Amino acid sequence: MPTKIEKDTVSGQDTTGHEWDGLKELNTPLPKWWLYTFYATIVWALVWVVVYPSVPFWRGTSGWIAREAIVGEVEAANARNAPMMARLREATPAQIAADPELRSFALAGGRVAFANTCAGCHGAGGQGAQGGYPTLADDDWIWGGSLEAIQQTIRHGIRNTEDDEARTSIMPRFGADGMLTAAQIGDVAEYVLSMSGRATDQAAAGRGATIFAEQCVACHGDRGEGNRDVGAPRLSDQVWLYGNTKAQIMAMINNPRMGVMPAWQGRLDPAVINMLTVYVHSLGGGE
Amino acid sequence: MSTVEAPHRAKADRPPEAPAAAAQPLYASRQKVYPKRVFGVVRSVKWAVLALCLALYYVVPWIRWNRGPGLPDQAVLVDIENARLFFFWIEIWPQEIYFLTGALILGAFALFAVSSLFGRLWCGFTCPQTVWTDLFMFVERWIQGDRNARMKLDQGPRNANYWTRKVLTHAVWLLIAAATGGAWVMYFVDAPTVTMEILTGHASLQVYFFFAMFAGFTYLLAGWAREQVCTYMCPWPRFQAAMLDENSLVVTYRDWRGEPRGKAKAEGVGDCVDCFACVHVCPTGIDIRDGQQLECIGCGLCVDACDSVMGKLGRPKGLIAFETLKNLAASEAATAGMPPGAARYKAGMAARHLPRFIRPRTMMYAGAIAVVSLVMLGAFLLRSTLDVTVLRDRAPLFVRLSDGGIRNGYTIKIVNKRREDSPLVLDLQAPQGFRMVVQDADTDPDGRPLVARRADGIVQYRVLVSVPPGQRLPESTPVTFRLLEPSGRVAARQSSTFVGPRQ
Repeated sequence: MPTKIEKDTVSGQDTTGHEWDGLKELNTPLPKWWLYTFYATIVWALVWVVVYPSVPFWRGTSGWIAREAIVGEVEAANARNAPMMARLREATPAQIAADPELRSFALAGGRVAFANTCAGCHGAGGQGAQGGYPTLADDDWIWGGSLEAIQQTIRHGIRNTEDDEARTSIMPRFGADGMLTAAQIGDVAEYVLSMSGRATDQAAAGRGATIFAEQCVACHGDRGEGNRDVGAPRLSDQVWLYGNTKAQIMAMINNPRMGVMPAWQGRLDPAVINMLTVYVHSLGGGE
Repeated sequence: MSTVEAPHRAKADRPPEAPAAAAQPLYASRQKVYPKRVFGVVRSVKWAVLALCLALYYVVPWIRWNRGPGLPDQAVLVDIENARLFFFWIEIWPQEIYFLTGALILGAFALFAVSSLFGRLWCGFTCPQTVWTDLFMFVERWIQGDRNARMKLDQGPRNANYWTRKVLTHAVWLLIAAATGGAWVMYFVDAPTVTMEILTGHASLQVYFFFAMFAGFTYLLAGWAREQVCTYMCPWPRFQAAMLDENSLVVTYRDWRGEPRGKAKAEGVGDCVDCFACVHVCPTGIDIRDGQQLECIGCGLCVDACDSVMGKLGRPKGLIAFETLKNLAASEAATAGMPPGAARYKAGMAARHLPRFIRPRTMMYAGAIAVVSLVMLGAFLLRSTLDVTVLRDRAPLFVRLSDGGIRNGYTIKIVNKRREDSPLVLDLQAPQGFRMVVQDADTDPDGRPLVARRADGIVQYRVLVSVPPGQRLPESTPVTFRLLEPSGRVAARQSSTFVGPRQ
């Protein structure tokens, strides 16, 4: 509280009357215009309160809402991209890949679309995850890695119930349904390991070869080279979707797991599917 | 000012004021300042600096510089839209904004150095606030007359004469302000084009906004706010005390010579005749005889004013002068107790020494300026006009191929600041066995990948590097990507790593 306003002997100025432990504050008057500027900012703030949506349930007299402004910006961006999207809708993936302008647009758009719709299972950059989510950046394809094959997979999906053209195949449950005994399954697994040069028990692998020839070659091929028509993975390479240990292979023979992918046709704009096709093809495994 | 003992004798010598009846208010109206016209050396220098600064500001955007077809022909242009800064033959990309940072740091140190040597030279002579205020005052004096005429006009009746002169003054001010705002915009868009656009009403809203903003603030700050910008708004006067010391040349009243003040013909008085010439010319409206003050911008107009009075009286000039506080104290000590007169003047002047320009503080500023200049010069000379940047894929870190090999993906960007666009060979320096595939690249006759470069642009490629199965591979292998010209010369290089599985 201002107590005693006195004149300071050195400066000739008044004090404000404030005193703290013997320290006294000089009163150097603030310019009046400075004070009025401060009042002006308060008035300005009140104007903003009225014009803009400043409190809940008040939309402001200007009608400007951040959310609607964003919607407008998105629409404007979509309108800007519309001619390019129309071209992408009409072209085949091969035509897009051959046209530098379309391709660069498709790669940029495909990256975003992939992060939105695909990365949940296939991981950022298509790195995949063991346990049924194939890596899209390697050179191993279960259903084919050409532009057409990739587009087919994206459009119709795999083993889903919503699309009649979905890629589909079923591997029998050799153990669970009693088609093979546990010992036989172990032998086949040993033989499968031998295809990539990792068998440890040659006798068991030999016994497994016979069973393999009877039960597995129809889909996985004579030498385990796989068959893309039925999505039977190649067994002779180093890429293992469900793990490469003997136990993991035995588990797959006993009661196989098979990946499911939704159909994106009808959910995504055909132009987006084309962009995704070109983008996935560019990740490193495109054929 | 913490480091300097300011002479307060003038103030202390005054008779103690009568106790105020009412307490001082917390808010004060502005006391309008009516600076009087002045002639002299300092004023001439100030006019010259003003003319130079204004000429630079208004003329530079109009200088043309031929850069070839399709490129702006303006010598100094900040092209925001295309993200390029043109400065005569130099072309700066946004990622080279550190050149601007360096220039600003250099400017700051130069300001510190000048302040520690010569006081507030920047404030008094070259600061835009001072330059434009001076120009506006010139206009004011031209239309409304000198100090006394202006005071009379303001106190007199609001008649036709008053309004004619006031309206005319503000009209000229607004014209100057418009030219100032217009010139500012010209640094960012082509000057002749934008001038035509502004005049014909076809410029963009953005151009009009910045034009109006800079014009408006020029008018407000130079016409109305003036010395209050320096006293109340500008932070520089507040911390310049840290740059000044007793060896800096500052505008000073030699109180040892001037006191006690008195009539010219009176006996036993000092050289100051209390004519208030120094106060009347001061653009901030202070009395320099009160000693060092925050409000003093160091323009030295009071030096000219006092010198002309001393000249008329036949007394030596320099009662107010650019002087160091050290010399002031020395003169004061040498003349302590002496009666006014020629002997006191002689003794006081003899006690002075040349200002010490070379002292640790100025050496440090000079050193900092030298270091920053050298770093900037080095950065500029070594500035590459062709860069290759390598972004290694983070997801996936690496891919195991079906044959058991390991592959890494990279995104390579070729940043070409030149106007040439001939393709270059991309080359990988890595241990034996590493194989590189560049997506979408042509190959030269030797089968090496040829990558394009876009004139004044960036081209991006996806590159896959793989290692065959069986090759022993550490977790991380250094690799280097190089851009080779047809002659084999290395145009650019960038190192990266190749990541394999954890051992």
